[in-house]
Amino acid sequence: MTVIRRARAEAETDEREREVLGRIERARSRPIRFGDPQITMAHGAGGKATRNLIEGLLVPAFESETLASLADAGIVTIDGLGLALTTDSFVVKPLRFPGGSIGDLAVNGTVNDLAAAGARPMALTLSLVLEEGLSSDVLRTEVETIARAARAAGVEIVAGDTKVVERGHADGMYICTTGLGRIDPRGRLSPSSLRPGDRVLVSGSIGEHGTAIMLARGEFELDAAIVSDTCSLWPAVDALLEAAGPGLRCLRDATRGGVASVLNELARASGVALLIREAAVPVDPAVSGACEILGIDPMYVANEGKLVAFVAPEWAAAALKALRGVKGCEQAAEIGEVRTEPAGMVIVETGFGGKRVMDLLVGDPLPRIC
Amino acid sequence: MKFVDEYRDADLGRALAAEIVTTVEPGRHYKVMEVCGGHTHTIYKYGVDDLLPANVELVHGPGCPVCVIPMGRVDDAIAVARIPEVIFTCFGDMMRVPGSAGTLLDAKAEGADVRMVYSPLDALRIARQNPGRQVVFFAIGFETTAPSTALTLMRAKAERVPNFSCFCNHVTIVPPLRALLESPDLRLDGFIGPGHVSTVVGARPFEFIPRDYGKPIVISGFEPLDVLQSVHMVLTQLAQGRCEVENQYTRVVPYDGNPRALEALAEVFELRPHFEWRGLGFISQSGLKLSAAYRDFDAESRYPVPGIRVADPKACQCGEVLKGVIKPWECKVFGTACTPERPIGTCMVSSEGACAAYYNYGRLARERQVV
Repeated sequence: MTVIRRARAEAETDEREREVLGRIERARSRPIRFGDPQITMAHGAGGKATRNLIEGLLVPAFESETLASLADAGIVTIDGLGLALTTDSFVVKPLRFPGGSIGDLAVNGTVNDLAAAGARPMALTLSLVLEEGLSSDVLRTEVETIARAARAAGVEIVAGDTKVVERGHADGMYICTTGLGRIDPRGRLSPSSLRPGDRVLVSGSIGEHGTAIMLARGEFELDAAIVSDTCSLWPAVDALLEAAGPGLRCLRDATRGGVASVLNELARASGVALLIREAAVPVDPAVSGACEILGIDPMYVANEGKLVAFVAPEWAAAALKALRGVKGCEQAAEIGEVRTEPAGMVIVETGFGGKRVMDLLVGDPLPRIC
Repeated sequence: MKFVDEYRDADLGRALAAEIVTTVEPGRHYKVMEVCGGHTHTIYKYGVDDLLPANVELVHGPGCPVCVIPMGRVDDAIAVARIPEVIFTCFGDMMRVPGSAGTLLDAKAEGADVRMVYSPLDALRIARQNPGRQVVFFAIGFETTAPSTALTLMRAKAERVPNFSCFCNHVTIVPPLRALLESPDLRLDGFIGPGHVSTVVGARPFEFIPRDYGKPIVISGFEPLDVLQSVHMVLTQLAQGRCEVENQYTRVVPYDGNPRALEALAEVFELRPHFEWRGLGFISQSGLKLSAAYRDFDAESRYPVPGIRVADPKACQCGEVLKGVIKPWECKVFGTACTPERPIGTCMVSSEGACAAYYNYGRLARERQVV
C-alpha cells in the first residue's frame, strides 16, 4: 500500500515538474526585449545578452525581413541576381596569436559569413581604426597579412577607410570589413528549413581559435600547442554545394559562442529539437585538455574556420565525404540529428550515457572557482 | 584524455547503475544529499540522474561558494569597488551576483575598476604592478579556496605589499551541515561528502554525522563515475545497516587532510563569532576573518563598508534550495522571474548553483523506472 502511494506521489511530482518546464519554455518563447540599463561585456559575448541586444533592439528598429532572418549575411536580389552582403568588426586582444592575427580574422571572418550564406565571396571593404602610437611595423605586418589572406580567399579589397583615435582607445587597432558575395545557385539555404531526421555535421575539430586566444593572453600560465583555425571556409562550402547541394538545409559559421550557440539559434529558427552525441564531436586532445583544466565546454568556444552543416538524411553521407576531402576538414564528423521534441531546444547525449540540455551561455564562458 | 576519460566510461557507469538497482530496497524512496555544488554540476552535466532508479533522489546541498554569500556582503563589496583608488578583483561568477542595487558587473559598467582574476595570486600581481592604486581581493569559498587566499596573504606580508588587501568571506563546511542536520524538516538518508574541501580538512571532521545524527557519508570525487560509485556506497551502507564516514576519493583525499594547508589557514584566519549565510541566516563560528597578525591586510578595517544586513528578496527561496527542502524547479520564481540572465537568487548565478545547473543542463522531462 505504502509502495503504491509512494509511486503515485512520484508520478505527481513528475507531472508538476513537467508543468513547470512547460511554463519555463513559454516564458522563454516570449518576444525578446532589450531592457538592460547599460551595456556590459556580456552583450558582446555571443550568448543570451547578445541575443537580447540584437533581437530586442536592433532588429525591431530596422524593420527588415532580411535582417530579421538573422543569417550570417543579408541577401539582396538585384535584377534577378542574388547577392550576399555582410559586415564584421574585429577587436581581438592580443593582435597576434598562434595561428594568425587580427588581419587574418578580418578577411576570413567576413569571407566565412558570406560562404555560410551559400555565397561565393567576391569583394571586401576595409576600415582601419588605429590607435595613436601604434607601431608602423605592426600596422605594415597586418596590412600584408590582410593582402595575403584576401589572395588566399580569392577576394578583392575594393574600398576602404582609415581613422586614428587617441592613445588609450582601440587596443592598437580595430578592423571592420564588409563583404559582397554572389549567391551560389547550387544551394537554397534557410535557417528555418530544418526537418526532423536531418543530420548535423561539423567541418572539423572545434574550439581551437578561442582556446588559442585564451592561452595567448597569458592569464592562465598554461602552455599548449594550440593554434587558431582561422581560414576561409569557401572551399568547404564549395565542396558541400557540389556534392550535396540539393540536400543542404543551412550552413553556419561557428564563431563567437561556438557550436553550441549555432545549434541553439537553428533549433529556435526552425522550431525543432537537436540531439547531439557528445562523443561524436571532434575535439583536439590539447583543446579538450586546456578546456578541462579551465572548466570550459569546447562547444561554447569560438572557431574561425569551422562550420556546422544541416543536411537532409539521404545527402548526409555524400556531404561528409566531400567535407573530409577538403584541406583542414579531414576531421569532419556527423554529430547529431534533428528531432521534433522538445521544440527549440538542444539536447546532448553525454558520453556517460545521460542527457542534458545545451543552452545559450549567459556571458563569457567562466573558468570554475574550485 | 588519459586519467579523465576513465572516470567517464559509459560501460562502467551502466554496470554500476545495475548494481545500484540490486542494492535498492524495492519501494523505498531514498534521499541522498550531495553537499558540494561541484557534485551538483557533475550530476547535471553528465546526466548521472538518468542512470539512477527514480526512487533514488539526489538532493542538492549548501556547498556552493557563490550561492551562500548574502546580499549585504555583495553590497559591501560594491561599496569598496566604487572607491576611486581601488582596483577590485574577484572570481568571474561573483561579478554577476545581485546585491540590493545591482551587481559588480553593473558597477564595472558604471566606471568602477572591477577585474576578474583566476587566482588570488593574480590579484597580488596586479597590486605589485599598480603601486599607486589599492588592490582588493574578494575572497570567497570554503576550505577549498581558503588556503590559496592564505598563501597569497602570507606572500603579501613577506614581500610587504602595502597596497593589497582582502575582503574576506571564507566560510567553513561543518557548521552549515550541522545546522542542516538540526533542522526539523530534514529528511535525508545519507550524504555525498565534499571532495575538494576534504583534500584540505580530511574525512575526520565529518565523523559527527554518523555518530551524532546516524547518517552515512561518503566523500566523493567529481567525475560522474565517482558520484555514481559514492551513491552506491551510501546505499550499500544503508542496506547493510552500517553508518560511517567512507572515502571514495582516496586518490586525492587523505583521511587527515593536508596539514600544511591547515597550518596556513590557522596562521592567517580566525573564526568570526557568527557569519550570515544566504537563505540560512546567521550561523555561529561558520565564517573566517583575518587573524590579528594579518589585520593590516583586512579590507574591512581599511575601508568603511556599509555592513548592512539586507533581507533576501521575498520571492527568492534560495534558502530552501540550499537546505535541500525544495528542488530548484519548485521555487516560485524559478525559470520565469529568476533566470541565469536575470538572477534574483545566488543559486541561479554560479555554475555550481543548483538552480543554474538545473536550468542550464537539467531542464528535461525524464523517463526513469521506480525499483
